[in-house]
Amino acid sequence: MKNMNTKVFAEGIRDGIPIGLGYLAVSFSLGIAAKSAGFTPLQGFIISFLENASAGEYVAFTLIAAGASYFEVFLMTLIANARYLLMSCALSQRFSPDTPFIHRLFIAFDLTDELFGIAIARPGYLSPLYSYGAFLVALPCWAGGTMLGILAGNLLPASIANALSVSLFGMFIAIIIPPAKKDKIVAVLIVISFALSYLSGVIPFIRDISSGTRTIILTLLISGTAAILFPVKEEKTEEKS
Amino acid sequence: MSGNIYIYIAIVAVTSYLIRVLPLTLIRKPIKNKFIKSFLYYVPYVTLSVMTFPAIIEATASPLAGTLALIVGIIMAWFGLGLFPVAIACCVITYIGNLIF
Repeated sequence: MKNMNTKVFAEGIRDGIPIGLGYLAVSFSLGIAAKSAGFTPLQGFIISFLENASAGEYVAFTLIAAGASYFEVFLMTLIANARYLLMSCALSQRFSPDTPFIHRLFIAFDLTDELFGIAIARPGYLSPLYSYGAFLVALPCWAGGTMLGILAGNLLPASIANALSVSLFGMFIAIIIPPAKKDKIVAVLIVISFALSYLSGVIPFIRDISSGTRTIILTLLISGTAAILFPVKEEKTEEKS
Repeated sequence: MSGNIYIYIAIVAVTSYLIRVLPLTLIRKPIKNKFIKSFLYYVPYVTLSVMTFPAIIEATASPLAGTLALIVGIIMAWFGLGLFPVAIACCVITYIGNLIF
């Protein structure tokens, strides 16, 4: 049992390394935004360690730089991170009834797109130790990257900073494509999501809604419709959820 | 900036943690409802797709470079390459694409 636990923890660390390296690149570019919002390297480290959200932090830095009120920052944090509410619901279904409650409090702390992605990609019940292994690598990389970005961001040529900003999307692609290969409905949903996301950015009136809110509306709309039209068969949820 | 930076940090930290921890701690039993189960199965893929496109094209100095990064990323992920190789390839292609286009 002990060996088994060590093995699972080590697997978490192993899978956390590519995520951590990706995080380093992404949070480095976030650090550049943090600097213009007036964050010191230490403050950048703290906010990244505590928020753990790329889109959410980017929104916060932009708002704070523009002198937004506390309430605006609260509201946009809520909207930009609302998808974690849904992921948290999904994750609640993967906890074994035997897993102590305290693990839910810790797992929630670093519930990010990528760490959620690798956690649900494993068959069966969630293994908190696996996630902790990944957190151990991902958390310092994420927080440290922001700090480095604030310290050294302006030393980096714009061409490299621009290329680094794509790393986040590369990670998203690597999470959504493998399941699309196994499940045709997921593949179709990705195409529809791409199309509607693009359209919502160009159609008058709709395009004036903030991108965070549009993401929430589209997520609810597309996932809801798919759930009605293509309810997931029992064996698929058994296997995947 | 109009407020205290540590108050901003506290607001952001507490809000984002509550969003993550409430469903995980409040929902303790397996959800039986078929619609909700299916909905939750589709959500992560849809959200990430919506956030990826067209944002990846708008993020790059040259939209063509972003398009190329997207296509190569999809092909690499399709053939089973992991998070890090795909992310790095997208960065390299964007860098080169920005130089050419």
